Amino acid sequence: MSLIVERAGFFSSVQDLGRAGFRQFGVSMGGALDSFALRVANLLVGNEDGAAGLEITFGGLQLRFDDERIVAWCGGEFDVQIGSRPLPAGHVARLQAGDELKFGRPQIGCRCWLAVSGGIDVALVLGSRSTDLRGNFGGLDGRAVRDGDILPLGRRPGSSPPATERISSWTAPHDWVSPAKRDPILRFVRGCDWNRFNASTLQRFTSETFSVSPDSDRMGVRLDGPELKPEDDVSLISEAVAPGTIQVPPGGKPILLLQDCQTIGGYPKIAQVITFDLGIAAQLRAGDHVRFSEVSMADAHRLVVERERELDRFRIGLSLHAS
Amino acid sequence: MEIIPLGDSALVVRVRDQFEDAPEETLDEVLRILQQLRSAAIPGIIEVASAYTTVAVFFDPIAVSKAFASGTSDDVVDWMAARVRAAVGRRTRDRRSLVGRSRPRIVEIPICYDAEFALDLDRVAERTKLSAGEVIDLHSKAEYRVACIGFVPGFPFLTGLASKLATPRRDTPRKEIPSGSVGIGGAQTGIYPLRSPGGWNLIGRTPFKLFDPTKNPPSLLQAGDRVRFRAITREEFAAFAEATAAKEPLKL
Repeated sequence: MSLIVERAGFFSSVQDLGRAGFRQFGVSMGGALDSFALRVANLLVGNEDGAAGLEITFGGLQLRFDDERIVAWCGGEFDVQIGSRPLPAGHVARLQAGDELKFGRPQIGCRCWLAVSGGIDVALVLGSRSTDLRGNFGGLDGRAVRDGDILPLGRRPGSSPPATERISSWTAPHDWVSPAKRDPILRFVRGCDWNRFNASTLQRFTSETFSVSPDSDRMGVRLDGPELKPEDDVSLISEAVAPGTIQVPPGGKPILLLQDCQTIGGYPKIAQVITFDLGIAAQLRAGDHVRFSEVSMADAHRLVVERERELDRFRIGLSLHAS
Repeated sequence: MEIIPLGDSALVVRVRDQFEDAPEETLDEVLRILQQLRSAAIPGIIEVASAYTTVAVFFDPIAVSKAFASGTSDDVVDWMAARVRAAVGRRTRDRRSLVGRSRPRIVEIPICYDAEFALDLDRVAERTKLSAGEVIDLHSKAEYRVACIGFVPGFPFLTGLASKLATPRRDTPRKEIPSGSVGIGGAQTGIYPLRSPGGWNLIGRTPFKLFDPTKNPPSLLQAGDRVRFRAITREEFAAFAEATAAKEPLKL
């Protein structure tokens, strides 16, 4: 009924789809940096969408299971093994008691999400099992996992996915299970303060390449590149920011905010990466190059709505196979 | 009032351009709109949250597009903005009951200004050309109002700091500030609910817990609350802290 962390590796934390409803009290949304990847992994093991899984950063993690479980993972290009057998992204594996699951170093991207049938059953705090690393609550004692931690697992769901083999030969669509790209282009819609930047600054933002600074975490990705100073020097009244916000502090180096970002901020917001591309942003690691390309709001919505329809179809297909 | 998209899943309702020229009125109006949006139960809304002059509306574009009869998704923002405008524009039939409901709470918070906690009291005194005693007096006798909660969970941004006490932030922020620390940053004052880095000038500490994730709401203070500080001695601070640790009922 539990998951033993034999080696915690670089950085892993318990995350679900986040903690909605408490922004008014300064509590971040949090949750998996790629919520779609976690949902797909949950779907593959027969869990509810919102079951808590592990967000694994840079690998090095080794887990041992003490009962039979179904697992699947989605995210960056990691080398994952059950004992000595590889488990590719998006394939479903049946683990026996005593089995070990190892995550190596990623080739592309930096994070992946592991779902275990039954979900990680830590206590709900403010409606979520996500770890709030700044507030130090939720997840496992509000912190990243350590060597020797024991993560409680929930009851295995009644319906199990159609995997009679030990490791399934079938998988989910490639884009869903391996979203990481080398030097990606992130699509954006205009930010609340787009008009505070002059034409040449906006031109630089959309045409030049930025590199990811090592000083990046679950709160945000700091970017080095051309300076993006706003035209006027007025100090703005703090207002809402959200995952995907690209804000520009006075130094002119933009920060792309992720799920653990503050609830409000006073820096000008030049752009907003679309929800569909946040999973790609979640894979950015130090030294990666990234560019930005504008899309219409209609396209931003069409992308998530269509993907959701495909996910619904995939879910139906999966349940037909299982029955 | 202006409604602008914050990405593809949120809107910011900019209620006013300025805060400082009429903080009380602005805050009341923003909180009224927050309440109206909460009770409007617009399909697809995940949550609403206020900050100074704005109310942010977070929504699920997939749920919103499902709420359309047509099933098209190219006007999610227009649809949501129209619903927000309608909810905000709705006339309240019983004005009195609304006023009654929105009367702010008054919360008294004990603060110990002892030198042990007031690491920057001398700096503030020097910058403001006041004595340390005058700084404490001005800070503890004013009435404040919570403009919003943010920065970290439970952190109250307070309005009402005596203009004489405005002190620029420290050039080098501290890497770690203990929870409960009371600071002045520019023309604002606030309390650090959690141990965190910060650049404000520290002038005291409260034994109260401003953020507790095991409670709902998790924050001691809420936007709109009136706040009064009460200066306490180092001994009273210790007694409060002990009582809090022992979970005994506190008496002010």
